[in-house]
Formats: sequence, C-alpha cells, structure tokens
Amino acid sequence: MALLVELLRDPGCAAGLTPAQWDVVVPQARQAHLLATLAARLWEAGVSGAVPPEVARHLGSAVVLQRKQCQGLTYELRHLVPALAEAGEPLLLLKGAAYIVAALPPAAGRLMSDIDILVHAGSLPAVEAALAAHGWSAGKIDPYNERYYRQWMHEIPPLGHRDRRSTLDVHHSILPPTSTGRIDVDALWAQAVAIQPGVCVLGPEDMVLHSAAHLFHEGEFGHGLRDLLDLDGLLRHFAEQGGEGFYARLTDRARHMGLQRPLYYACVHATRVLGTPLPPALVRGLRPRGLAALKAPFMDFLFRRAFTPDHSSCRLPLTGFALFCLYVRSHYLRMPLHLLLPHLLRKAWMDLRPEAASTPGRKAAGQGG
Amino acid sequence: MSYARLADLGSDALGEQLSGDGLRLRVGPYCYAIQSPEAVVARGLATLYGDFPLVPAGGFADFHVTFGPTGWRQRLRGQLDFFLDERRPFGSVPRSQAYAFLEWGLNWCLSVTMNEYLKLHAAVVAKDGIALVMPGLPGAGKSTLCAALALRGWRVLSDEHALIPPGRREVVPVYRPVSLKNASINVIRGRDAAAVIGPVSNDTHKGSVAHLKADLHPDSHCRAPVAARLMVFPEFQAGAPLELRPKGRAESFLFAAHHAFNYSLLREAGFDAMCHFIDGLDCFDLRYSDLDAAVARLDALVGEFA
Repeated sequence: MALLVELLRDPGCAAGLTPAQWDVVVPQARQAHLLATLAARLWEAGVSGAVPPEVARHLGSAVVLQRKQCQGLTYELRHLVPALAEAGEPLLLLKGAAYIVAALPPAAGRLMSDIDILVHAGSLPAVEAALAAHGWSAGKIDPYNERYYRQWMHEIPPLGHRDRRSTLDVHHSILPPTSTGRIDVDALWAQAVAIQPGVCVLGPEDMVLHSAAHLFHEGEFGHGLRDLLDLDGLLRHFAEQGGEGFYARLTDRARHMGLQRPLYYACVHATRVLGTPLPPALVRGLRPRGLAALKAPFMDFLFRRAFTPDHSSCRLPLTGFALFCLYVRSHYLRMPLHLLLPHLLRKAWMDLRPEAASTPGRKAAGQGG
Repeated sequence: MSYARLADLGSDALGEQLSGDGLRLRVGPYCYAIQSPEAVVARGLATLYGDFPLVPAGGFADFHVTFGPTGWRQRLRGQLDFFLDERRPFGSVPRSQAYAFLEWGLNWCLSVTMNEYLKLHAAVVAKDGIALVMPGLPGAGKSTLCAALALRGWRVLSDEHALIPPGRREVVPVYRPVSLKNASINVIRGRDAAAVIGPVSNDTHKGSVAHLKADLHPDSHCRAPVAARLMVFPEFQAGAPLELRPKGRAESFLFAAHHAFNYSLLREAGFDAMCHFIDGLDCFDLRYSDLDAAVARLDALVGEFA
C-alpha cells in the first residue's frame, strides 16, 4: 500500500517515518492533490509534532492555498446567489464546493479546481443569460466541443468569470442523459437541503450517489484517491448522522436511479483502500450477479491502479493500460457505441493538432488541482 | 563517501548522480534533487553551482526535478520535458534552450509551492549586513544590476525571490545563479574578464539567456536571514542620467505586493507581513543607464544605513 494511503488511514504512524519515507510521501501527496488533506488529518490526529519541520512547511503551504480557495468560494457565493436568483434558481452546489460550504468531513484540506452547480434544465437559457450579465462566459470553444456538450452532456461548457478568473461548471443532471443510469432530477431537487439563504446541496443519499457516479463513470482518475476519500468521509458521516436507516435509503435510492453499480464499486474500494466501515449486507446486496460478476476481477485490477497515487514509488505494473481502459470505459458508459465511435475518432484527430504549451518564464498563480 | 560542495565531485560522479538517483543541492532553506541525462545540464551545473553545498542522499528533498526527453516524439524532435515530482507543468522545449529552461523550472518550483514566506518577485542583494530588495518588472534591469553588484563585492541573496518570514524585517537567502538576457550577457562579460557565465540558450521566449556565477561573496551560501533596510525599484533607461529618488512606502507596498508570488494567497497574513516589512524600509526609485554610476550610488546609499 502507498505510504500516503497508510498515513491517511492511520495518521499516528507519522511518528515512525524516516526522512527518506517523508521524501516519498510528500511527492505522492502532491501528485494526488492531497497535501492539504494530509495536513488536516495529521493536525486533527494531534501528531503535527511528529512531522519534521522541512516537511511541515510543505503541508502548511498547501493549507495556505486551500484556505485561499475556501475564501474565494465564499466570495463567489456572494455573487452567484443573486445572479441565479435573477433566473429564479437557488444555488445548488455539487462536489467539493458543497462539502466545503456544508462543512462536511471531506472538506478538511480539500482542494477544488472549479465550482460545480446544478440548475433545472428548463431554466438553462435564463441561467446562462443571468450569468452572462454577471460576467461569466464560455470563452472560445471549438464548435464541435460546444455541440458535443449541448447535445450529449449533463453540463454546459465551463464558464469563466472575466474579472475573477473563477470557473463554473453548470450541470442540469448528474450523469449524461445517454448514460446507463436513470437519473431522476426532480427527485434530486425534492431532497435538496438548504444550508444557507439561497444555497443548497443534494440530500445525503444523493450526495453519496453523485460522488460515486462521478468517480466510477468518469475516466479521469488524476483525483481518484481524493474522490475516494470524499466517499469515505461522506459514508462515515451520514451513517453516523442518519443511523442504520441510511444504508437502506441509500440502496433504495441507488436502485431508483440505476446507480447500484457505481455505489457497489464505491463501497468495495472505499472499504479496501480506506477501511470505510460498512455493513457486509450492504455490499452483498449490491454485488453484481450473473455475467456481470465475471468481470469483477478485471474491474478490481483497474480500480486498484486508479486509486494508487500516480508516483513511481508506489505505481503498480500496467497502470497506464488500466487508466486507458477506464478512460475508454467512461466513454462507453456515457453513450452508446454508435455515438461513441465517431466521437472518439474525432477527438483523436483533434488531439493530433499541435497543442498550445505554457512556459515557465511566466509567473504561475498557484498549484494545480 | 560524502562531499561538501559540488566542485568536490568529479565530473564522472556528477554525471552519475544526475543520471542516477539525482544530484542533491542545498539552495538556501531548500534541497533540490535534480535528475537529468543532458550533457548541457551537467556542464551548466559544474560551471555555476561548484560552490553549492551538497546534501547527502537518503533524506528529505523539497523538490524532485527531472529534466530530459520522455516520449518517442520528444526524442525524434530533440525536445526535453521538465517534471516537478512526476508532473509535467509545461510543454516540451527544444534542446537548444535546455539550460535556461532548467533554471526557470527551478525558479518555478519555489514560486508555486512554498508559502511559509511572503515571496516577492524581486532581486535581493546585501552589503555590510544590510539587505536591499529590488522588485522590478521583467526588463527593468534588476538582474543586470544584481550581476554588476555581485562583481563589485555585494552578496546576492536571490535574483528572483525575496523570501520574507512573516512578522520579520529580514530576507532569507535563496541564492542561485543570476540570469542575464540578450545584451546584458556581453555587458557583464565586458565588465569582468573573470566573470563565470554558464551555457547560453538562444531563441528562448525571452531571447538569449545565460547565467552568471554570482556567489562570489564568502557568505553566499550562509543560511541565516539578513536584515532588510532598503527597497530600490531599478529602471534601466538608455542615456538617462542617474537618479535616485525617495519613493513613498504606500506606493512601494502596492507595487511590490502586486508583483509578489503569494501575497494574495497569504490573505491577511500577507498584508500584515508586507506592512511590517515595509515599515522598516526606506524606498527609492533608481533610474540608471551607466552601471558603474548605479553601483557607486548604491554603495553610497547602503553606507548611509550601515
């Protein structure tokens, strides 16, 4: 197991780490976008005294960035709530922004790359107009990509703010309409929980399901371990808050939305990688049967690699192959083959065009993530 | 076997470390572990980093840097990639620009990751134990002035990052070679025949770039912070008479903060650190065309504060 994962599971073992082991943990955490999360766990466990000062300054530096992001988020909300109100929509936050504003456990040390929100599909034109009036626009986008988003995706092309440079992802569902899930958007809205005037988040079960669907349907595993930590934190928290009934509501909801499979993977891998305590009956009830069960060892092979930090000190053999398979799988889940194949060919051709590269002579504004 | 300085390694051992587990160098408060199979990197480091302390393997390094060709496409085109940890923040660069790019990459590591100090985008030099901070827009001539001062007995603390511990009026030294661009390369060469200048990279996005070995002062690699008393905003203007004009602290604050790497990231702590720092400084605008006159004026200025 990667040293980073061991430390996240059991921060107490920080006391026994040698400088040579820290020399591996910090790059692993940086690669996995988890430096600030690691800091939060070590601090919370009261073992910061065991962290050598030359390591502590890396952790502290990541925390500075994370706090700045949280402050930036609060500031964005002050602008977003009135903008959306003009379109008659509340602000429903998804993923990282939701965890942070609702002060849920995954918020500790979590970095965000953009703000994800959910709006009613019927309000999209009004929402886009209101956001445009407040400075958000899609900027230059390839017409093919624009059409792809509009026709097939559950979100519109990302919007950037002209002055504040923040990025906003506007969703009207939590999975593409062509995907295998049957997302009941009205039910998501019905269970939404208000956390501040004009600001709400998904209900507990839907929040877990969205996190699982996002992680196990998407092909980008650069944040794989972070997203699995989100699930671990949410499952532990809601089980404690909602009692035993939570798991029953969760499986019912998964069945209703056709999301048993991502929930199954979430439970299996959160338990395996992070030791999430879950009732065995929950996983048994979700386990794929029949033909689908045959591919379980292969899926396990793929996800094991996806949840290992992408660093030579812990990378498993065939990681590149596994990530490629997951990437292809994500597209396959997103749309049927007769739509997917032309799209992949088109994207492959677009990738061959020379890419614009940034240069280090320019001052960079912050760490990616 | 352990070595004190890079120059104590033979060129074979240097090459082995660079193409093996990495050469570990102490740069101010940080340790860089550098891996690169490129001959120009070994040559540049041997020329410019000879007096840098080495760090024994087996400990903690702040920045793990890899610089070399990666995929077959890069190999065919003679291009190199820069990695911090194992992430590639930039596009590939042609081999002819390798050395300049390595130095930029090493700057970048520090610019984007560390926030335990307020980091101004500024050169820092010191004389008689007094540090002088020189923020400046690119092209303002701060590096050239910094190089000229180094050749006249000043100590260079950095030509890129002023590291300020919050709540202190000090600068933490983080010396690396001073970068020279275009005409400055020959200007500095012409001022001192003994000046040691590293590999020249042509046709970069900033033109020709080379670096001066500027750790000539005996304390160059001393890690203790240096008290800051002066902030000077240099501006090279061909043919202009020398002019050193006092500048308001508020205006100086705004300019330096605006060009800082992490002023806004540090939020209130950044504002407080900047306030405290600048309160103890005398600030000036320096317009110059003649380097000798500028050096003499700064010598006199620091004399007033010693």
